[in-house]
Amino acid sequence: MSKSAWAYFSNYAVYSSMFVFALAFFTNAFALAWKSTKGEKATRIATALTFLGTAVLLIAIVARGISAGRVPWSNMYEFSITGSFAFALAYLATLRKYDLRWLGIFVTFSVLLTLGTAITLLYRPTAPLVPALKSTWLVIHVSAAIICGGVFLLANVIAATYLLLEKYGENRPAWAEKIPSLDVLDQLSYRLIAFVFPLWTFAVIAGAIWAESAWGRYWGWDPKETWAFITWVGYAAYLHARVTVGWKGRKAAWLCLIAGSTFLFNYVWVNVWGTGKHTYSGL
Amino acid sequence: MIFAARYVWRQLTSMRTALLLLLLLGIAAIPGSLIPQRTSAPMQVQEYFSKNPSRAKLYDQLSLFDVYGSPWFSAIYILLFISLIGCVIPRTIEHAKSALAKPPATPSRLDRMSFYQDFVGSIDKAESILKSAKFRIRRETNSISAEKGYLRETGNLLFHLSLILILLGISFSSLFGVRGDAIVNIGERFTNTPTSYDSINYGKLTTPSDLPPFLIKPTNFVAKYNPKTNQPTDYTLTVLTAPSPTGEAVKKIIKVNKPLKYGDTSIYLQANGYSPIVTVRDANEKIVLQGPIPFLPQDGNLASNGAIKVPDMNPQLGFVAQFFPTFEQAKGQPARSTYPEALNPRLFVAAWRGDLGLDNGIPQSIYKIDTKKLFQIGLKSMKVGQTFSFKEGSITFEGYVPWVNLQIVKDPGKSLALIGALLAILGLLASLFARQRRIWIREVSKNKLEIAGLAKNAAPGLSDEINELVRKINE
Repeated sequence: MSKSAWAYFSNYAVYSSMFVFALAFFTNAFALAWKSTKGEKATRIATALTFLGTAVLLIAIVARGISAGRVPWSNMYEFSITGSFAFALAYLATLRKYDLRWLGIFVTFSVLLTLGTAITLLYRPTAPLVPALKSTWLVIHVSAAIICGGVFLLANVIAATYLLLEKYGENRPAWAEKIPSLDVLDQLSYRLIAFVFPLWTFAVIAGAIWAESAWGRYWGWDPKETWAFITWVGYAAYLHARVTVGWKGRKAAWLCLIAGSTFLFNYVWVNVWGTGKHTYSGL
Repeated sequence: MIFAARYVWRQLTSMRTALLLLLLLGIAAIPGSLIPQRTSAPMQVQEYFSKNPSRAKLYDQLSLFDVYGSPWFSAIYILLFISLIGCVIPRTIEHAKSALAKPPATPSRLDRMSFYQDFVGSIDKAESILKSAKFRIRRETNSISAEKGYLRETGNLLFHLSLILILLGISFSSLFGVRGDAIVNIGERFTNTPTSYDSINYGKLTTPSDLPPFLIKPTNFVAKYNPKTNQPTDYTLTVLTAPSPTGEAVKKIIKVNKPLKYGDTSIYLQANGYSPIVTVRDANEKIVLQGPIPFLPQDGNLASNGAIKVPDMNPQLGFVAQFFPTFEQAKGQPARSTYPEALNPRLFVAAWRGDLGLDNGIPQSIYKIDTKKLFQIGLKSMKVGQTFSFKEGSITFEGYVPWVNLQIVKDPGKSLALIGALLAILGLLASLFARQRRIWIREVSKNKLEIAGLAKNAAPGLSDEINELVRKINE
């Protein structure tokens, strides 16, 4: 296949994956509406559909990479489709140990929203890399940052669920009965962050090493660097607050959300409206 | 007095203060990303001053154009690091002591501890199993106290000590580093002396004599572009370089991600543009200026602005000029460049005569001419080889040559910072994933044992580990 055929195929796969995620979203919605065995069946189907949608998305990303002749991580469209994949994968991986299937409706919705924005507003045809991006560090630094984004987002969804369900205590409404206990949610968001914090540290350091060879300095308080640092400080504070000061539950969940929102701010604001060395033209 | 000092020290090194300072550092970093900074965007800062003078003045007094070098930002991170040192050093000593000591004695009532169970087995066998599993053991006649997972605290301390190492690396660079920029035309020679630079910043303890005496002569520069998007796809700079004026010159390639290195000094390819080559003659046809003049690119297609100054004439001459590598002009529209390669080069000049104002001591931009005290002679659009003649003389557009911006950086602390960063990751991994736990076993009567455990920081998995241990002792 030619390069443009691969690009076309990739776009087609993104649309297909969105279609599957949309099905998963509606099945999740039905699962919440129906209780008992019918609901359980719907939940299973929704999870299977999420799995399928994620697999199709992977095909889209690989095809995009083949079309560009490089890793597909050089503009916001490409970050968005890869980030959605990382987020969905983090969710599916967590399902192996924790029954979070109720979160499926949020997960499929966020993936749909991100993919929809990506393919309509952020889409750019594949193009060769500008000289500064031609480096092995593109693979290392950006992939690490994208994985972190997926896991941060999942930890945030769980922290938000915690805050949402906290007021009900033991008497949860019917739709929330299947969600794990508050303690489990609290522990889980902590585990996800403890797992991903060293990777985030690595992503920042890999970025610094790359910046040293491309821009002549390893740290220059570029807006993207500054906000990466702020996110790092936020999660470092979260881990200290939990492990050393003993914060749990509501306070910890809020801190998790604040740190997570600095990551989102960095992704959206700095890319779209910010200036600095990380803004390569065409988002 | 001592009491007060001790109180302040204890407050400063408390975990809550450290946490507060850490959060404060994150918040303090925000304004620097929203307000233009002198270090990264000096032009935007100037623009801010001209657009909004009163607010700019206020911001300037609060160091908001230089957040990361400001007294208040420095105060936060210095306090944070003092707090960190005050916290980590005693803990390191404590940790070293307890690593050398035996685990604490077995509690008297195991049935009150978590993961308690009793079973049949030999205490000597239990000891040998725990030993081969690398537990540190305190054995008394009828009891064992075993502990494992000291790596957790070791990693934690390593992480925090590494942060101090990174800070030392950064300070070392700011004291002994040098950073400068030089615009060099292809074919010209750059010697690493202070006068060759367009701008240079020395570390607080560095002097011009610390510059390594290398030479660089860019011989060829190739820029490739994507014809669809006009974006650059590759820059390759070929240079002849020698470590000293008497050293042997060798050919080297510099690319954006591949700087040239001399020891801890790196030479980066940071920007490029065009220098139109012009010849200026006076009324008697005598050459008063000849050579390439670097112009400043204004957009991605390298439409560039520049100034050609001829001070050695009376009256002086000045040309406010624009260079378009691929010239295009639609009717009634301003001229523009449609591609960054020089496919249809064109030079626009506006000739002026009078006093260029070079002798009043105020440094001038080499790309601009202040025309306040000048009289305009005329305008001309020139192709390569064309000449613009006027009463005072003439200017000929001979051609063009690319220039490159070499950024030369001596950063002696960067390896220290890198080592610190890598150790920090290792420490972090150990501190987050090592599980510290204690296991106690007591022989209540002949071959009748009881067991219990303690998982620090609620580390998971101890219950399974104890069950597995019981099974092995039973075998």
